[in-house]
Amino acid sequence: MQTKRGKRMALPSPQAERVAPVGDSRLKLLEATMKRHQYRADALIEVLHKGQELFGYLSPALLTLIARSLRLPPSRVYGVATFYHFFALAPQGEHTCTVCLGTACYVKGGAALLAELEQATALRAGTTSADGRLSLLTARCLGACGIAPAVVIDGAVTGHATSAIVQGKLREWFD
Amino acid sequence: MDLTELHGIAEREHLRRKAIRIHCCTSLGCYASGALELQQRLEAAVIAAGRTDTVEVVGVGCIGFCGHGPLVSVEPTGLLFERVTPDQAPEIVAALDGGPCTAQRGDPQHPFFARQMLVVRRNGGRIDPERIEEYIAADGYQALYDVLHDLSPAEVIETITRSGLRGRGGAGYPTGLKWATVAKSKGDPQGAPRKFVVCNGDEGDPGAFMDRSILESDPHLVLEGMSIAAYAVGATQGYLYVRGEYPLAIQRLTKAISQARKHGLLGSQIFDTAFDFKVEIRVGAGAFVCGEETALIASIEGRRGQPRPRPPYPAERGLWGCPTLINNVETFANIAPIISRGADWYATIGTPKSRGTKVFALAGKIRNTGLIEVPMGVTLREIVEELGGGTADGSPVKAVQTGGPSGGCIPAASFATTTVDYESLAAAGSIMGSGGMVVMDAATSMVEIARFYMEFCMDESCGKCVPCRVGTVQMHRLLDQICAGTATAAEVVELEALCQLVRETSLCGLGQSAPNPVLSTLRYFRHEYEARLCDPAQTEEAP
Ligand SMILES: Cc1cc2nc3c(=O)[nH]c(=O)nc-3n(C[C@H](O)[C@H](O)[C@H](O)COP(=O)(O)O)c2cc1C
Ligand code: FES
Repeated sequence: MQTKRGKRMALPSPQAERVAPVGDSRLKLLEATMKRHQYRADALIEVLHKGQELFGYLSPALLTLIARSLRLPPSRVYGVATFYHFFALAPQGEHTCTVCLGTACYVKGGAALLAELEQATALRAGTTSADGRLSLLTARCLGACGIAPAVVIDGAVTGHATSAIVQGKLREWFD
Repeated sequence: MDLTELHGIAEREHLRRKAIRIHCCTSLGCYASGALELQQRLEAAVIAAGRTDTVEVVGVGCIGFCGHGPLVSVEPTGLLFERVTPDQAPEIVAALDGGPCTAQRGDPQHPFFARQMLVVRRNGGRIDPERIEEYIAADGYQALYDVLHDLSPAEVIETITRSGLRGRGGAGYPTGLKWATVAKSKGDPQGAPRKFVVCNGDEGDPGAFMDRSILESDPHLVLEGMSIAAYAVGATQGYLYVRGEYPLAIQRLTKAISQARKHGLLGSQIFDTAFDFKVEIRVGAGAFVCGEETALIASIEGRRGQPRPRPPYPAERGLWGCPTLINNVETFANIAPIISRGADWYATIGTPKSRGTKVFALAGKIRNTGLIEVPMGVTLREIVEELGGGTADGSPVKAVQTGGPSGGCIPAASFATTTVDYESLAAAGSIMGSGGMVVMDAATSMVEIARFYMEFCMDESCGKCVPCRVGTVQMHRLLDQICAGTATAAEVVELEALCQLVRETSLCGLGQSAPNPVLSTLRYFRHEYEARLCDPAQTEEAP
């Protein structure tokens, strides 16, 4: 999802903390992906995708680990991770709600829908609640323009979305 | 794999099929509306009705009428059902025998369907995209076989050139000419001559979903087109760059590539010839500029997606410095049909300068949202009023936006005289673009839509060149002021000057075309800008 996620992060330090305990199966899966790509530098974006899929976001420690494994300067890895909207450098909420702001959704009231949800959740778009339970995000077209406005709730696309429908789903989680 | 085997697969598939097929659309739109549960319930209903001997339920690609999903169609009777709920599954099965059915009936003769001409989308909504057997049974991979056995690379290029096909990624560059350039290029200066074929599936225009639908509905059609291209230009490795926002397309493509490999239709010695071709998927990470070909190359190489000046064009120096053919998804999807039915047939469709059909995504304030494929040269009026049915509530259409952030808004008054072909849309101040059409009514302010696109370009500017990076911010600031009612005529003049500057001095197409939405709305809807200006006299008098 082309979301606007928190891009601010601590710079990776040489003594970055461990990504995960030794032997964590996620580390093995990440290693397997890098191996499949023969640790080639051009697989960086694929590896970042996998890292985010496994760990939820790209922590400084994870970026450092990937840089070492692919034998790339950390600046290059950090540069790529910050360039692409898709990569999250801060932890995301347990649940995510992504409102599409592509043209078709905009014309069909996507921005107004977002404003209502911002008010209902007391969150600004692109932020996560203090208790870490919900992230309210935005996207630029999910390709579901035929059923605009579209909202993605924990990975599932809802078409013809209204504030009531979305809030109903949010309530299922939090009540 | 040889021809007998290919025909054997097709024959077994035809024998396997049941007399009646219930097609359940499982493309994104219908998927999001609950198509998966519906498909399961339909399957259960067929079993419960004891009809498994003659009836089968098939998950198919996009039927096209996305706004009315989930859609179900029945072959061979042609019945169409819209907005089907899972509970209606037993009734649909009963309706096969004329039973009563509360499910909303669609009209397959509706102009939305009847006025289309299907070339690229002919299998859409008819085959299961997850089974290569269905594609082969629809004559799939026959074109690749014919090319490898009967045509030289030069003859393939000659056929594509003669067909008049132009790139569907936006600019409309003649495809045959591009192929010929790559074929002529010498290859890697150092070492073995390597060439690449890249399919551009980035589809960044927000409001467009043609390429997603093609990839989800008929992935093998794109793979076959890429293979034919690789043979023609002398490449052995291909990359399919798909945006990360399209997980379903990625999943189906991954499956399609592995099936093609298993059947020997990708890999080494395809169809027992010396032709080798492998394809890898590269998943985009959310950057509009990566649709631009040089940025896309940087992204495949694992770098920040920043464009570089051309020439050299990718056809000469692309991926890792090697000659690289980059075409759009829909361009590749046109190849197999052109080979099968001939360049002369293709050249009869469309207008003299814009041959063939074009797929458009109809969205926004339009009654019939979804995907259509029409011959080039039809008017915007036909598309919006006849196929699209005008706005849902019958209020007048104000404008249609084509070409996304690089395109423009065309007012309803010009619909009857504007035909969809590259030249006519450009003359109207917009571009063909990739095929997104967003319809707007009186509720949409044209100044705000211009600001919307400028915000998009400002966010998506890669930051490499100053005119685009700084210019988009300044233009956005001016548009903000106009929207807020704090601008005077002087700001509009400044805006227009900036538009010219950014257009002429930006490095890549993103910046060069970023002013288009502003310029086109100024051209046709200047009164909306003027209505928002504050009175200069008052401002001057203010202390
Ligand atoms: C900012 C920008 C975005 C683009 N986005 C796309 C895109 O999403 N898909 C695409 O096929 N072409 C896109 N293009 C055009 C490509 O650079 C390239 O011309 C095209 O992929 C060539 O394929 P074709 O000859 O088959 O049209 C974009 C160009 C620019 C300048
Ligand atoms: S504009 Fe929202 S899904 Fe395309």
